[in-house]
Amino acid sequence: MRNELILAILALVILAAEIFTTAGNKHKIITWSAVLFAAATVAGFLPHPEGELFGGSYRTDQMTVVMKNILNLGVLIVFLQSFDWLQRKENHDKISEYFLLVITTLMGMDFMISSGDFLMMYIGLELATIPIAALAAFERFSSKSAEAGIKLILTSALSSGVLLFGLSFIYGTTGSIYYADIAPQVAVNPLQTLGFIFFTAGMAFKISLVPFHLWTADVYEGAPVNVTSYLSVISKGAASFTFLIILYKVFGELLAVWQPLLYTLALATMTIGNLFAMRQDNFKRFLAFSSIAQAGFILLGILQAGNLGSTSVVYFVLIYVFTNLAVFGVVSAVSHATGKENISDYKSFYLTNPRLSLTMLMGLFSLAGIPPVAGFFGKFFLFTSAASAGYYILVFIAVLNATISLYYYLKPVRAMFIDKTDTPIATFRTSLPTRISLVMCLAGIFLVGFMSIIYEFIHAASFGL
Amino acid sequence: MIEGIPMQHLLIVSLFMFFAGVCGFIIRKNMITILMSVELILNAVNINLLVFNKYLFPEQLQGHFFALFVMGIAAAEAAVAIALIINIYRRLNSINVEEVTEMKY
Repeated sequence: MRNELILAILALVILAAEIFTTAGNKHKIITWSAVLFAAATVAGFLPHPEGELFGGSYRTDQMTVVMKNILNLGVLIVFLQSFDWLQRKENHDKISEYFLLVITTLMGMDFMISSGDFLMMYIGLELATIPIAALAAFERFSSKSAEAGIKLILTSALSSGVLLFGLSFIYGTTGSIYYADIAPQVAVNPLQTLGFIFFTAGMAFKISLVPFHLWTADVYEGAPVNVTSYLSVISKGAASFTFLIILYKVFGELLAVWQPLLYTLALATMTIGNLFAMRQDNFKRFLAFSSIAQAGFILLGILQAGNLGSTSVVYFVLIYVFTNLAVFGVVSAVSHATGKENISDYKSFYLTNPRLSLTMLMGLFSLAGIPPVAGFFGKFFLFTSAASAGYYILVFIAVLNATISLYYYLKPVRAMFIDKTDTPIATFRTSLPTRISLVMCLAGIFLVGFMSIIYEFIHAASFGL
Repeated sequence: MIEGIPMQHLLIVSLFMFFAGVCGFIIRKNMITILMSVELILNAVNINLLVFNKYLFPEQLQGHFFALFVMGIAAAEAAVAIALIINIYRRLNSINVEEVTEMKY
């Protein structure tokens, strides 16, 4: 509960700061919010008691604490990367709104992760979704941003409606909304299977698995870069964690139903995400389809249904946070400095901005899973866990997909290092917060893979069916 | 327990409402109508929760409370969605979904 309380207090403090600061001092809110949030992130690593609250509605154990810390770390990096954008004149009156909305959604995700009944999970889910739609439409004078907002709110409203319809059947067959009461009563019967499939469809919208992924690319492209990075990393990570927890802790008896279901979803998600990523030129759209493909890999870990599965998923998301935010950090720095967001604009980028392009290179290598960097280990453990459950064909297809993904992940690399153009992006100097965030991401990319203590720590907290 | 009305009839009503909502979400062009379709889905959920609570588990009130929260959150969702629709109207002078096609594929 500590994490949620700190976030709630932080949100109230920012609200008060918005009221009591004069118009000339608004930009100070950026630094103060980031510093306070950094303190909150550090506080998250302190030892935390396990237990239940509110009659089992809210529960916390070591794994949920690890998950929340990963999300906090990601949000801290996102905050550091959004300094340049918030300091612009047109955003001056919306600074505290940005922090307020991000922190409330983060709080919603925390509630979602440590929920003990479906009511808490639903409230957390909505708290984590509705403000994000407002964030996606943050740039009031851009029609693309408005379009992203409306697409996000309508699809997420439909998806939570479908999810709830499924939950109502689960309630009807078990007579309870508490996980602990539902789990022993779950069995393979038609009504519960129907409810479960509706529930999975709703969650698949949030994680953007393939038949439900159509909103992703449009929302990612239209939203401001920093909001996109928040959506693609934090929001997706939190939804995958929740899905993992609920599948293992509530629907364990439906294993025979959800393994083939996830098998198919994983197959479709990896393949279609990869195929669509190939033809994109807009960087944000490209990363949207890449994140769809990565969601397919996450499902491989969930499929294993044991300690290895939950460990590999959490470990992969940790690496994914650093990796994807490294790429997004460079994209957002370039976008704020020059307004260019297309891959073809990055030609000869290495000649003008060598350090940024090397950061981007490491991020893309890690996304593709090339050995020395952490992304390789993340994918390796996901594939190992799926193989240990006997899904050899699926792992083979996943490896094929990882190979295909090399093609499009190396396209920006080719543009930056090999392609020549007479009008490259001019040399520019990034601001200090962006540099700090990129150094954090690079440290994560290099260290998380090699420090086995991190993997072992997550494994010690992991849970299975 | 409502006299003379079996549970199945109420469930059929809610099922019909749900699919009417999904259908409306897909075929309607006006964003406000799409939002209304979503509300229809959420109301179908509420009927389901209340019927199950009333007929099967009358000794507890979990379904009732769930329905109350669903209503509250649906109102919040509608508020944000309408704000965004007004935003779209200011940008494009239209709230027809077929006009909101700047980004595709």
